[in-house]
Amino acid sequence: MELPVLIAKGLIILVIFGITLLIATYSTYAERKVAAFLQDRIGPNRAGPWGLLQPIADAGKMFFKEDFIPSQASKWLFILGPCLAMLTALMSSAVIPFGDSIRFSWDNVNYNVNLQPIEINIGVLYIFGVVSLGVYGIMVGGWASNNKFSLLGAIRAASQNISYEIALGLSLIAILMMTGSLSLRAIIDEQASFFEWNIFTQPLGFVIFLTCAFAECNRTPFDLPECETELVGGYHTEYSSMKLGFYLFAEYINMFVSSAFISALYFGGFHYPFMDLVNGSLENSLGAVAGHNVATAIGFAVFFAKILFFIFFFMWVRWTLPRFRYDQLMNLGWKTFIPLSILNVVVTGAGLLYDFKYSTWLIATVMIVLAVMSMARAPKRQVVPQ
Amino acid sequence: MQLTNRSKQVSNKEMTLAEKMYLPAVISGLAITIRHFFRKKPTIQYPEVKKYLGPVYRGHHVLKRDEQGRERCTACGLCAVACPAEAISMVAAERQKGEEHLYREEKYAAVYEVNMVRCIFCGLCEEACPKQAVYLRHDRMVPVFQERDEFVYGKDKLVEKMDDRYIRPANSEVKATPTEPSLTRAAT
Repeated sequence: MELPVLIAKGLIILVIFGITLLIATYSTYAERKVAAFLQDRIGPNRAGPWGLLQPIADAGKMFFKEDFIPSQASKWLFILGPCLAMLTALMSSAVIPFGDSIRFSWDNVNYNVNLQPIEINIGVLYIFGVVSLGVYGIMVGGWASNNKFSLLGAIRAASQNISYEIALGLSLIAILMMTGSLSLRAIIDEQASFFEWNIFTQPLGFVIFLTCAFAECNRTPFDLPECETELVGGYHTEYSSMKLGFYLFAEYINMFVSSAFISALYFGGFHYPFMDLVNGSLENSLGAVAGHNVATAIGFAVFFAKILFFIFFFMWVRWTLPRFRYDQLMNLGWKTFIPLSILNVVVTGAGLLYDFKYSTWLIATVMIVLAVMSMARAPKRQVVPQ
Repeated sequence: MQLTNRSKQVSNKEMTLAEKMYLPAVISGLAITIRHFFRKKPTIQYPEVKKYLGPVYRGHHVLKRDEQGRERCTACGLCAVACPAEAISMVAAERQKGEEHLYREEKYAAVYEVNMVRCIFCGLCEEACPKQAVYLRHDRMVPVFQERDEFVYGKDKLVEKMDDRYIRPANSEVKATPTEPSLTRAAT
C-alpha cells in the first residue's frame, strides 16, 4: 500500500474508532434520556448543559469505585473477561463500510480510498466470527468469578447467544444468496436503488435478523444474562468499578455495531433515495473530485443517521417490551426463528431460480392472511363483570 | 368484593395466530411509548422552580411586626403551650423606657426560639397566638440545613424585616410569588 493511502487509511480508522467510542459513550446518556422521556420524566440534567457531561461523570465514578477481585477468583481470567467483551465488540466494527470513498491527489497521482477501516471481501463472515467470540467474554467472566450464580448467569447468556446466532446467520444467508458475495460493500452496493433495499426484498429476514440482533446484544427483551429478578446481576455480579464498566460499555458498542450492521444489510448503508441525482448535481457544480468527496460525506452522515435511529430503536424497544421468560426465549430461538429463517432461505432460493426478487413477500402475505383469518374466526374474549 | 369496576376476568384461552405472532402487539406497544416520548413532561425542576402550594400552606415561621415596626409578640407563652411538639421556647423581658418603638406592649420576648427539628408545622401556634404575632408563611419553606447548630431558629431568623413584610392573602385566588432566592440555603 502506498504511503498516502496508508495515511488516509490511518486517519479513517482513527476517526471511525473515535466516533464509535463517542457514540457508545453517549449511548449511555441517550439511554437514560430516552428512558426518561418514554416514561414522562426528564432524565439526567445536572452535569453540564442538559446533563451532557453525565457520561464523563459516570466514568469518573466508575474509576473511583473500589476495584475488587474476589479472593477465590482466578485473577487473570477475571481481568481477561471484560477485556474480551470489549475487544470483540470493538473488533467487529472494523469491516463496516461507513461511506463510499474519498478521492484526493498527491504528487499528481490520484487516489481513491474507501471509507472502511479494513477492506476484506469476507466481511460478513468476519463479523460473525468476531461476534461469536463475544460469548467468551461473558463465559470467562462468569467462570472466573468463582460464584455459582455468576456461572449460572454466564451459562444462560452463552446458551442464549449461541441459539440466536444460528437464526441470525440463517436469516442473513438469504441476503448473501441474493448478492452472491460475503463483502459488506457488495451487499450495500446491491441496494443502490431505493426499492431494492433488503428491507423490501427480505421483510421476514429483517424481522428475524432484528430480533436476533437484540438477543445477541443482550438487550431487552432478551436481557436474561443480567436479569435482576432471577439472577441478581447475572454473569457480572462479582464485577465492580471499571471492569463492570467495560462490560456495560461493550454492550453499548455491540449495540452500535448491530445498528450499523442492520442499516448496512437492510437499509442500504450509505445509500439514500435520489442519491444518483444528488451526486450528479454535486459533481457538476463542485467538480468531479470535490463533488465526489462531498457526496461521500453526505452518505457518511446518512449512514450515521440510520445508525443513530437504530440505537434509538434499541432503546425504544427496551423501554416498551417486558423481558421474556427463559423458556419462551429458547422456544422463540429454536422453534420459531430457525425454522422460519430456513423457510426464508428456501423461498428466496426459489425466487432467485425464477428471477423474482420479492419472493419472500409470499411468506409474509401468507402469514398476514392466516393471522387475519385466525383473528376473524376466534371468538371474542368475554369480559365477565363480577 | 368489588373495589373498582376495572377488574377483568382472567382468561387462559389459547391465543390466536395473530396474537402468537407477537408483532402486532409489539408494534402497538411501541406506538404507545413513542407517544409518551413526545408528551409534555409533568416534572417540576424543584430547587429552581417551585410550585405555588396555596394560601393555606404552612411553611417558615415568622414573628410579625406591626405597621410601625414594633414586635407584636408579648411572650405570653400560649404558642409554646399549644405546640404539641414542644418546639417553641421563649424568655420574656420587660420593655424599658425608650424602647417603645421596638415593642408594642410592656412585655416582649427577649429570646424566641423554634426548634426546627421538632416542629411539625401543625399551625397550632398561630391559632393560639392572641396577638397575631406568629405565623407560618405560606410562600416560604424552611431551608435545608446540614449543621446541628443551624436548626434552632432564633429571633434573627424569625422576626420579619420591614422591607419584606409577610402578608397572607385573604383571597385564596391571590397567588404570592412562589420562588425566592433565599430558599436554596439558610442565610446564616
